[in-house]
Amino acid sequence: MTISFEELNNLQLDVLKEIGNIGAGNAVTSLAKMLDKRVDMAVPKARILGFDKVTQILGGEEMLVVGILLNVTGDITGSIMFTMDINAARQLVNILFGNKDSSSLEFDELELSALKEIGNILTASYLSALAGLTNLKILPSVPELAIDMAGAILSVPAIEFGKVGDSVLYIETEFSEGITKVFGDFLLIPDVDSYEVLLKALGVIG
Amino acid sequence: MDIEIVKVGMADLNSALHPCMITTLGLGSCVGVALYDSKTKVSGLAHVMLPCSEQAKNNSNIAKFADTAIVKLVEDMVKLGAKRERIVAKIAGGAQMFVFNGGSDLMRIGHRNVVASKEKLAELNIPIISEDTGGNYGRTIELYSEDGRLMIKTIGFGVKQL
Repeated sequence: MTISFEELNNLQLDVLKEIGNIGAGNAVTSLAKMLDKRVDMAVPKARILGFDKVTQILGGEEMLVVGILLNVTGDITGSIMFTMDINAARQLVNILFGNKDSSSLEFDELELSALKEIGNILTASYLSALAGLTNLKILPSVPELAIDMAGAILSVPAIEFGKVGDSVLYIETEFSEGITKVFGDFLLIPDVDSYEVLLKALGVIG
Repeated sequence: MDIEIVKVGMADLNSALHPCMITTLGLGSCVGVALYDSKTKVSGLAHVMLPCSEQAKNNSNIAKFADTAIVKLVEDMVKLGAKRERIVAKIAGGAQMFVFNGGSDLMRIGHRNVVASKEKLAELNIPIISEDTGGNYGRTIELYSEDGRLMIKTIGFGVKQL
């Protein structure tokens, strides 16, 4: 049996949302430690969206975005992606490096590795919430980063989701430091065979 | 003369009569297959996501797969007056957006999409007259029915004409 996210009902979706919530909460705590600043977070929104809608939310297929991708192994396999708008990435880097007031959309080596680390911390926190709730062993790989058109970045998770359906599970988070608001999105991408393991462990299916 | 602008989404295909410009935005590991009949100027474009419909658990959307999408696109173009024997192809995309050591299936998908598209085109005797595939960057492509040129736009890798 193959289950796709499209077939989930509202209750099942709520379970996934709650994980998104806890995961993003963990992520923000980690981020606050890294930045050594107070970071607030809005309640994340979890949605099942068609491919076309995801790129629209990110501002269109040609919008420049940062994508950070990690492979996942253990009891479930797949990948997890964290994306953010290029301007949000710049703001995060500025916060991280203190007094920098740059608006450049180019990042140097150090800034790129900082972004990777932010993506790493955020996704690892999300995954540890998921692992804690499901009692599954979930191990992330080192992160890889790409900066390109939203459509191109999202083609990677979309293709993986495309094997079972035409939608993605998408968790939108919004966090802020002072008056700086940063939006970011998580996309959890289980391999075809991991859907059932994941949903079973969550008690969503019997 | 006003030209019709036709958009093709992800896992989607479209064909149109001259004068038109068919475009798909932000191709990553997906492949854009542009078909053109120079006599009637009937143009078609498919945004292919996966190589093969037979390997997929859910293959209801035939525009998603290289094997089924290209066949459908040719059929649609013939309905619009194109002649099968005259159709030529230009392909773009199939990038590897993220580089991982060891490379799982997910990572090699761009290359597999390119190979599958080429195989299907060869099977249908449609010559590929040019291509811009691979790399690690996204592409927006535009097919102009006027002369069958394919414009390829990137972020940081310039603009190309096929």
